Amino acid sequence: MEKTIAGKSIAVNEEGYLTDFKQWDKSVGEALAAEAEINLTPRHWDVLSYLQTEHKNEVPLSIRKIGKSGVVDIKEFYQLFPKAPLKTATKIAGIPKPASCI
Amino acid sequence: MDEKTEHHYQPGYLFLPFDIYEPEDIIKSINEFIPKTVDLVQGAIDKVVPSENKVLMHDGSVLVYDVLIVATGAKTAPEEIEGMKGTEWYKSVFDFYTFEGSLSLRNKLRDWKGGKLVVHITEMPIKCPVAPLEFAFLADSYFKHKHMRDKVDITYVTPLSGAFTKPKATEALEHLLQEKNINIESDFAIEHVDNEKKEIVDYGGRAIPFDILVTVPTNKGDEVIARSGMGDDLNYVPTHKATLQSKEYANVFVLGDASNIPASKAGSVAHFEAEILTDNILRFVKGEPLKEEFDGHANCFIETGNGKALLIDFNYTHEPVEGTFPFPGVGPLKLLKESRMNHMGKLAFRWIYWNVLLKGTHIPFVSASMSEAGKKYN
Repeated sequence: MEKTIAGKSIAVNEEGYLTDFKQWDKSVGEALAAEAEINLTPRHWDVLSYLQTEHKNEVPLSIRKIGKSGVVDIKEFYQLFPKAPLKTATKIAGIPKPASCI
Repeated sequence: MDEKTEHHYQPGYLFLPFDIYEPEDIIKSINEFIPKTVDLVQGAIDKVVPSENKVLMHDGSVLVYDVLIVATGAKTAPEEIEGMKGTEWYKSVFDFYTFEGSLSLRNKLRDWKGGKLVVHITEMPIKCPVAPLEFAFLADSYFKHKHMRDKVDITYVTPLSGAFTKPKATEALEHLLQEKNINIESDFAIEHVDNEKKEIVDYGGRAIPFDILVTVPTNKGDEVIARSGMGDDLNYVPTHKATLQSKEYANVFVLGDASNIPASKAGSVAHFEAEILTDNILRFVKGEPLKEEFDGHANCFIETGNGKALLIDFNYTHEPVEGTFPFPGVGPLKLLKESRMNHMGKLAFRWIYWNVLLKGTHIPFVSASMSEAGKKYN
């Protein structure tokens, strides 16, 4: 399905995650962050760009792995993206949320 | 080369706690499966030296290879989480991904009087990602048959966004959780196990109490991979996902759970990989280019309890959907739907495993690459 994000028509799935990362840009990220009531700071962008790189390399994401990345510790990750940080951060980053096979 | 003398049918660990299988159903000697024309070396490996094409054994002997296939698998690492392997380990905290854990859990469940049963996944990726869900379904069925379901509270705790994470599977299967009265706690990133209070606590401060915790600890590749300097931070070997060749060493190929490819860590995946790996190693030996053939194909039965099961068939790019299998439009197996036939398939699979798969025989009508026929993608 299509959704208008930051004035652009973007392909998303049922839960609003982008299905084509090529359609992502910073303005899309900012609009998705606003929907999640998050105001993006440079620290948020550090984490988002790390997640995008890991996704590009097909590395499975987990909170503990992010904690060990040296980019952000787990406590700060929860402060930046409260409640369910990985689910929220991946959506803003324009990449799929971590999933299982079903 | 294998350091073990016994081979375990790992899917059987799921059934052991519920007295569906006995230990002898799932353990056989490795010897009986090795063809007579193959030399079996039994002993522990110190490390692999891929730059010199050598395997150093613990006993000091050295084996030199032209082509190496790494199939060292994945195993649980409960020590990764503070308190998991604490004072309650195998008393009220169990895993069912090892023979010892599964057997201890069986003995605990046999005379348990009820309480809070928490089924928990530490972090992804894990072997057989659906096994914890199957465990919760089978527990529901087990306690019903013991006429004590009302005394057991079952909670499923996952680091993911829910028990189901794929759109089609969520739509088709979400109802099972309500029907079986299984509570879901999602987005739970465990920080530690509190052995005194008997609760698991996540990084956000959320605590979930348990009387029995059945956890799937962090899964990691074998330590031999770390000792050999061949792995990533979870000891998995970086591997090309379509050719199954190591990304670093051209004459090293990786089969099954030992690799870091983004496929499911499942037995069916290893089986389909083996067919493609064989072809690619023969190409490598002849000096021909490898074929990028592996599509991530997985095919798994999922027990849902009460004598029923589901079947899923998927690959890197196609999520599990409804349909018929293996014959389009005919079946006899139904995809992503509960049926008795699927349960019979799951039970028959143990026989197929010991008698067909381990011997390297091709499964009739099921190809290494996934077929899109007979499936409802949209």
